[in-house]
Amino acid sequence: MSSALKNVLLFSIMAALIVVVGQFQSWNLSLTILNLCLISAIMSLGVNIQWGYAGLFNVGVMGFAAMGGLAAMLISVSPVPEAWQAGGVGVIVGLFILIATVLAAMFSYRKMAKSPVRTLLIVAIGVIGYFILRSVVDPATTAIEKVNPASTGYLGGLGLPIILAWPVGGLFAGAVAWLVGKITLGLRTDYLAIATLGISEIIVAVLKHEDWLTRGVKNVSGLPRPVPYEINLQQSDWFLSLAQRLGADPITFSSIFVKLCYASLFAVVLLIILYLSEKALRSPWGRMMRAIRDNEVSANAMGKDIKARHLQVFVLGSIVVGIAGAMLTTLDGQLTPSSYQPLRFTFLIWVMVIVGGSGNNWGAVLGGFVIWFFWIEAEPIGLWLMDTLTSGMDAESPLRAHLIESAAHMRLMTMGVILLLALRFSPRGLIPEKVSHH
Amino acid sequence: MQDLMNAFALFSNFVLVPAIAYGSQLALGALGVTLVFGILRFSNFAHGDTMAFGTMITILITWWFQSLGLSLGPLPTALLALPFAIVLCAVFVLLTDRVVYKFYREKKAEPVIYLIASVGVMFVTNGIVRFIIGPDDQNFADGERFIIKAREFKQMTGLSEGISIKVSQGLTVVTMIVVVAALFWFLNKTRTGKSMRAYSDNEDLALLSGISPDKVVAVTWIIAAALATIAGTLYGLDKSFKPFTYFQLLLPIFASAIVGGLGNPLGAIAGAFVIAFSEILVTYAYKRFAGYLLPEDWTSGGLLQLLSTDYKFAVSFIILLLVLLFRPTGIFKGTGV
Repeated sequence: MSSALKNVLLFSIMAALIVVVGQFQSWNLSLTILNLCLISAIMSLGVNIQWGYAGLFNVGVMGFAAMGGLAAMLISVSPVPEAWQAGGVGVIVGLFILIATVLAAMFSYRKMAKSPVRTLLIVAIGVIGYFILRSVVDPATTAIEKVNPASTGYLGGLGLPIILAWPVGGLFAGAVAWLVGKITLGLRTDYLAIATLGISEIIVAVLKHEDWLTRGVKNVSGLPRPVPYEINLQQSDWFLSLAQRLGADPITFSSIFVKLCYASLFAVVLLIILYLSEKALRSPWGRMMRAIRDNEVSANAMGKDIKARHLQVFVLGSIVVGIAGAMLTTLDGQLTPSSYQPLRFTFLIWVMVIVGGSGNNWGAVLGGFVIWFFWIEAEPIGLWLMDTLTSGMDAESPLRAHLIESAAHMRLMTMGVILLLALRFSPRGLIPEKVSHH
Repeated sequence: MQDLMNAFALFSNFVLVPAIAYGSQLALGALGVTLVFGILRFSNFAHGDTMAFGTMITILITWWFQSLGLSLGPLPTALLALPFAIVLCAVFVLLTDRVVYKFYREKKAEPVIYLIASVGVMFVTNGIVRFIIGPDDQNFADGERFIIKAREFKQMTGLSEGISIKVSQGLTVVTMIVVVAALFWFLNKTRTGKSMRAYSDNEDLALLSGISPDKVVAVTWIIAAALATIAGTLYGLDKSFKPFTYFQLLLPIFASAIVGGLGNPLGAIAGAFVIAFSEILVTYAYKRFAGYLLPEDWTSGGLLQLLSTDYKFAVSFIILLLVLLFRPTGIFKGTGV
């Protein structure tokens, strides 16, 4: 079987699975899965750019997705004028102090020769800057958080259309990636992995605890949508007549219609990113990246700047993850900082890339679909499995209750096992990277 | 003078004692990471969850012993369960090596593949732990709670601030010293330990001189499992056991190992204390401390806390970045750049 035929077959099976869920469970569920499959596919494309093209191990996908989520919130919600009045000046002055501190530290790093004096000076600049920053920002944030804490208590956002947040989310994530990459790339791969793990934990901690910015665990809900609301659809004539013509119940159909709108938006983004990734992979730049990945020493000898290329590809991949993160928050309609779990946002994406086929964009997309599908369906399957396995036991038995209750944790184990099995027995994935010999 | 003593007592109670205990726990964890790194040459992401696994077994055996009525009197029963847990945890870790890592070793895979495999192992271990004991907090400390209670200390010294030392804290420090001494004796004096160091320094040369790689690897895993179980149990006794917390310990542990110089056991210990002290010094609220030392009207505002405890992980991270920026080999020269 030719590889192209096999790939078409794999994608058809995936499409059939989604249709089966639609027919047997419900179309609403099926479209929910499809939407998240599309977003997962984009995230997995982003990780594939880092891992598949360049062999960089990013353990902080969660943090970059959260930066996207933050952007979605900051762009879309309307500003809170009272909060701006209470502490807006303080926050902006604080931002300038932060920038000034960083610039001063960088200036002394650049201009002075390497010596203990320089290190001390930089540390001193950092410490002094931090204290000034705190003294300005602390009263401001306290004042902001006091403004009607039950419904706002934060600065709000810009009140712009949420679609704009998608590229902005990419920029946010890219900026963080640049900072982390700048410091850790060029050292061992382990350091990048550990540093990304750390930065992602910190980003999520900031989202959870800086109430003046994100309302913390109180969540920001009701983000404006890029698509119509069900309730408005149900009241518009054209929609009712369309539903009538299709013979569908307007209420169910309105929610399906909304999901379809999301799906088409997401599909457009996915196709654009996929097209660009494919273009990049087949360009001289893509060949250079693979050359660096496969043999750093000889690529270096050919005059390629490995650290700069790694930084570039790391930032690009993170931008894609950030875009997907913003899209996810758009779909959820709310920013929920406590929902950012490393398992869901980092390791699941990794399983997608490894299972799908690292180095191959189509593979990454397929991996995103397949793994998300099974991630969702694993819960009912696991529950059913546990129920069947323990059906011989006494219904009151505490062991049975414990086993059924623990079925949820089976997902964790299953994902780990899938990752290990794929890595060992099919390291090239469902759709392997094409190695062309010219 | 009285104020100064009070300030010192306060400082010891909330900074020195907890930081020494926490540093010891981190040191044991970081030693495991650094040994695996030195011998097997990858950063073991599963180490935090190995700690959770070992601790879980300790807890289960402790519960069993408690139900049998066994106890160590004033010391926690967990201490009695520890040796059994170490054995079981070592069996588990050797099993993962056999099933997962051995294949890549024989293929001479790149370090990053081990890294990903260790993430897979982390998942599975985490799943097993949550499956067996659940994701919630478990408290398994029993026996005496304090070596010195704050009230007794106040009566003894007549100060208004007390120092309390928990049994778990004392136990942590004593165990750490004993374990580290035993480990260094093993690495420096025994034949197996010397062959491990040789293997770590130069694999090919070690193989040429007839050192059995399988034995070295197995011994490394056993030591790593023992260190993880001890560190995890001590941490659990001191605070409490919750699987997710152990996953989060990964960052300070890695930071300790890197700050000290990856692959260098002495460095891991030094790094652990650097991280533990910075974390606690930076997140401690100095309001009362300053109240003793400074004139009354100076200390009106705020808690005088440098960083909220919500961001304690940021401390290890920032130290990690600073070390990577200015001295990527760590304080003591490690093997890995």
